[in-house]
Amino acid sequence: MNVTYTKPLPVVDSLTKQYWENARSHRLSVQRCRDCGDRHFPPCDVCPKCLSDDQDWEVVSGRGTLLSWVRFHRAYWDGYRGELPYDVCLVKLDEGPLVLSNFSGNAPENARMGMPLRAVFDDVTEQVSLVRFAPE
Amino acid sequence: MNDIKSLKNRIAVVGVGNTRYGSFPDVSDYGLGAQAFKAAIADCGLDKNQIDGLVCCRVPYYARMGEVLGLNPAWTIALPGHGRMSGMSIIEAMLALETGAAKYVALIYTNIGRSRRMSYGGEDSASIWDPWGFTSPGAAHALMFRMHMERYGTTTRQLAEVSVAIRGNAMLNPDAVMKKPITIDDHEAARRIVEPLGLLDYCLVNDGAVCMIMTTADRARDLAKPPVLISGFGARDGFERSSISNFDADFWFSEVREAGTQAFQMAGVGHDDVDAFMCYDNFSPTVLFSLEGLGYCERGESGAFVEGGTLGVHGRLPTNTDGGHLSNSYMQGWALNIEAVRQLRGECGARQVPDCEVVHYVAATPCTRSIIYTKG
Ligand SMILES: [Zn+2]
Repeated sequence: MNVTYTKPLPVVDSLTKQYWENARSHRLSVQRCRDCGDRHFPPCDVCPKCLSDDQDWEVVSGRGTLLSWVRFHRAYWDGYRGELPYDVCLVKLDEGPLVLSNFSGNAPENARMGMPLRAVFDDVTEQVSLVRFAPE
Repeated sequence: MNDIKSLKNRIAVVGVGNTRYGSFPDVSDYGLGAQAFKAAIADCGLDKNQIDGLVCCRVPYYARMGEVLGLNPAWTIALPGHGRMSGMSIIEAMLALETGAAKYVALIYTNIGRSRRMSYGGEDSASIWDPWGFTSPGAAHALMFRMHMERYGTTTRQLAEVSVAIRGNAMLNPDAVMKKPITIDDHEAARRIVEPLGLLDYCLVNDGAVCMIMTTADRARDLAKPPVLISGFGARDGFERSSISNFDADFWFSEVREAGTQAFQMAGVGHDDVDAFMCYDNFSPTVLFSLEGLGYCERGESGAFVEGGTLGVHGRLPTNTDGGHLSNSYMQGWALNIEAVRQLRGECGARQVPDCEVVHYVAATPCTRSIIYTKG
């Protein structure tokens, strides 16, 4: 745990609070509509499929596949300056939603679209845990 | 008027103007907008007080723009500074002219992003993905291009063909910001920004302004220059899958296909009739996605299609003959639309496409717009 964490931290609001609480206990979740069952992330104020207000957070399996990945050579935030280059990956969760994240550790040398991945959590501050993905 | 296709050839672009492109820290948006407006008014020969419609795009405050120009229009709209808004603005102006809400519309775009050091990422555009370090439109296009590489085997050397051809076109345009020749090897060796994209895949960031004057085809006949007609347009937004800004896991294929098909059908022309192609090139991969979506080549084959200088002024499909956003100017689609008009008028000098009669504009974005211009 790093007390001088300088990278961007989440803006926790009423819509995302539950997601970040689940992440803190190392559970990956997506928003799910109780009326039509649609699963989506990031969360929306009403269900984008049926406009229902009745939505909840569903803990998902943490399994997904790699869709894409990129390597940042530019630091858009000062906190990344010492860490260039760094990787960001796009993961399609088995439950449907797409999420942007990082590889746990270095990018796998055999990275390819469709590669199976699983969620792992990184406690970056006292309050915040970030999901990252490792090869299955 | 129930069928939008009945708008074919009813609305014309009669005046175009632009500032120089570069870094102008001592000129305001309004100063740049006024320069472009004056040039466009002179180009069409109207009295500025005949302007009764105003579209302001990326202009901080439309009323101040009207004040500076001494205008009291009957119809005004303001749109944000997103590249997708240029095609949208032009279509909105068409509708205002057709309904009689306005008789002569001035469309003004201003951009002082360079001299004010806008960064297009990080704190300037906060999102839920910030904690993972993901930001910037360029990174979204890098994600998409990686997917194109994985799905179809497209290479960065093929992607280089886009930047190299468009730079070659810019070298024929005395007003372009970037005129130094580049090669495929230069593209490959350029500094990486967000891999797989490098510096030469990114658009410029520069200051400038563009103005277009539009009216009905009937009124256009009395003005200084031969009118350029809008023969077709098409539109489709794709907001449903927009949780990552400027990204679509299918490269907006269905949106581009739909907007393009509408425009082709309305104009009554096909791919082979198009003499020049003005393709929104915020990042080089957008050009590949646009070519496939519009059907200039098959899906997955854009990499091979652009090889060998296809997009050069003298190539099979002259594209972004002014040098586009990659090498001419970052005017978010507006400079490409005035280039379409100048090509059809035959005003383009060394970069003129011979016998240019049909020009196709597209912006493949979450709000895809496609416009077909023809000679009046
Ligand atoms: Zn629902």
